[in-house]
Amino acid sequence: MASTPQTLFEKVWRAHEVSPESAATPAVLYIDLHLLHEVTSPQAFALLRERGISVRRPERALATMDHSIPTLTAQVFGGAPIAIDSAARQVRELEANCAEFGVELLGLQHAQRGIVHVIGPELGLTQPGKTIVCGDSHTSTHGALGALAFGIGTTEVAHVLATQCLLQSKPRTLGVNVHGRLRPGVTAKDLILAIIGRLGIAGGTGHVIEYRGETVRGLDMEERLTVCNMSIEAGARAGMIAPDETTFDYLARRPRAPQGAAFERALDEWRRLPTDTGARFDREVDFDAAAIEPMITYGTNPGMVIPIGGSVPAHGDDPAFAQALAYMGLTPGAAIKDQPVNVVFIGSCTNARLSDLRSAAAVLRGRHVAPGITMLVVPGSQDVKRQAEAEGLHQVFLDAGAQWRESGCSMCLGMNGDLVGAGQYAISTSNRNFEGRQGKGARTLLASPVTAAASAVRGRVTDPRELT
Amino acid sequence: MEPFTTLRSRTVVLPAANIDTDQIIPARYLTTTTRTGLGGNLFADWRYDAQGAPRADFALNRPEAQGCSILVAGRNFGCGSSREHAPWALYDYGLRAVVSTQIADIFRSNALKNGFLPVVVDEPTSAWLIAHPGADIALDVAAGTLTLPSGAAVEFPLEAFARHCLLHGVDELGYLLARGEEITAYERRR
Ligand code: SF4
Repeated sequence: MASTPQTLFEKVWRAHEVSPESAATPAVLYIDLHLLHEVTSPQAFALLRERGISVRRPERALATMDHSIPTLTAQVFGGAPIAIDSAARQVRELEANCAEFGVELLGLQHAQRGIVHVIGPELGLTQPGKTIVCGDSHTSTHGALGALAFGIGTTEVAHVLATQCLLQSKPRTLGVNVHGRLRPGVTAKDLILAIIGRLGIAGGTGHVIEYRGETVRGLDMEERLTVCNMSIEAGARAGMIAPDETTFDYLARRPRAPQGAAFERALDEWRRLPTDTGARFDREVDFDAAAIEPMITYGTNPGMVIPIGGSVPAHGDDPAFAQALAYMGLTPGAAIKDQPVNVVFIGSCTNARLSDLRSAAAVLRGRHVAPGITMLVVPGSQDVKRQAEAEGLHQVFLDAGAQWRESGCSMCLGMNGDLVGAGQYAISTSNRNFEGRQGKGARTLLASPVTAAASAVRGRVTDPRELT
Repeated sequence: MEPFTTLRSRTVVLPAANIDTDQIIPARYLTTTTRTGLGGNLFADWRYDAQGAPRADFALNRPEAQGCSILVAGRNFGCGSSREHAPWALYDYGLRAVVSTQIADIFRSNALKNGFLPVVVDEPTSAWLIAHPGADIALDVAAGTLTLPSGAAVEFPLEAFARHCLLHGVDELGYLLARGEEITAYERRR
């Protein structure tokens, strides 16, 4: 009997139903991998402690430190205390919680530490067909390998610790089909910014996105991670890409992926995951990759985005739009190109993997950042940092006048003191340009690593194609 | 969790669309390791001026907003990060519900786990509420209705299980823990 064609999402969802959704109750969904960090876990461990509950499957949890930790080497590796007391407290608390509850921790000085969404794939823990959660909305990143991965709140962190399960209503599916070739100088970051610009920041609410089409098939794994990372910026809790040879090649070298015969067995399962021909999505949208330009945001949410050669739009009498532009200090109708910038940040779970650093370094090699520019390059993990250093990329950044830091979230959310000043313009490879996200009064322009690097050289918003 | 059956209150209105969790509680206040005490920094960057003094023109700071427990907000409230600190801060401040035409998924899920009611209404109802700050309205969880001062009742969606948890003050953890045998059976059959 031929079974009904299913989407990738449906296959993963069904395989994890401890019990399906009913009219009276949500589904009980089993979670394969639970990632934890220092900012959204303390209250969850406290809840377990209050109720005298232990962690059901500690071997399915992995903790690290990324959000509030320092990126200055002395503060990470000793020699100087962590400058921010509350961060130091969160570090100590996560160490104590992991020790008490038996959860593995890649702590502050661990060689494999990094941004939680960078290290999951890097270690090979993120695998096709898995359910993955973390108390962080960019957990959507892991969907790039064909996992169902989404962010949860702290109460749910406690649920997963206690029961390895979550209560979930089944989301709808949204197929995002991308066809054609990205043009030179146009990156995966530009692609996802263009998608968000069209869908709107609530366009994916209630949905899981599957990115499809030959453009997506042609992306390498790090590019796919960038795309899935920003699914939440379109309102979708999860974004997925069907696993294929690119995925399998990427995983084959990873320390925590299945090895040898186990890897072969896993491959058999993974190959069955892609969406069946004829499977239906609740909604579908199509994109032409060849029409996409390097993109940059001009406003205070990631949907406020334009091609780099474009002008800041005018939105009649919408007061919220006017407020966003007032916050940004930008005028409707003005070109975004040549807008002066003060700070350049290359980092975050969106764009701080090795390929991102390579592409930024390629722009900066033999060049210097413009006078007065502060530029921070913060690798996504310690592993990325080591690899970049082995290739000499750090020297390119340092020679160009940028700062080279230890890994962490850093200026993406400015919890650790890496801040953009009030009124300053930052061109940032991160994912959120909300008011105050990078510091009170900070004005964030989101863009790709090459656009950020080119803009650092000129000290103003620059189309990267002009510098290559 | 306290049971949540009905609530009657005047409203306080923040008309902006896309109020994200970084506005509700900026990242620099996520340094707590407890759930309480965040209310003082709710909407910190909008509520206080550079010197830390309350801004008289911000809706929550107006005298008539004091004691209101229902927030009316523009479309797509609570978008952005998964920080549960957002509903914790709203609750700690004394708010108990938000009314909007659209509420972001993770915020909604977090809110329900903390006895903070996400109320999604149609465009005309929202527009009326935004135009009438201080309106005296009532929320009924069992009926799933919002009653306007005119007496007109507007329905809002609420999943059966979420309604049950709110009405009885049940938390989901207890429910999940009671499913332990099923979870074990699932782990065995994989
Ligand atoms: S880098 Fe930014 S978006 Fe990514 S996990 Fe850290 S704070 Fe969140």
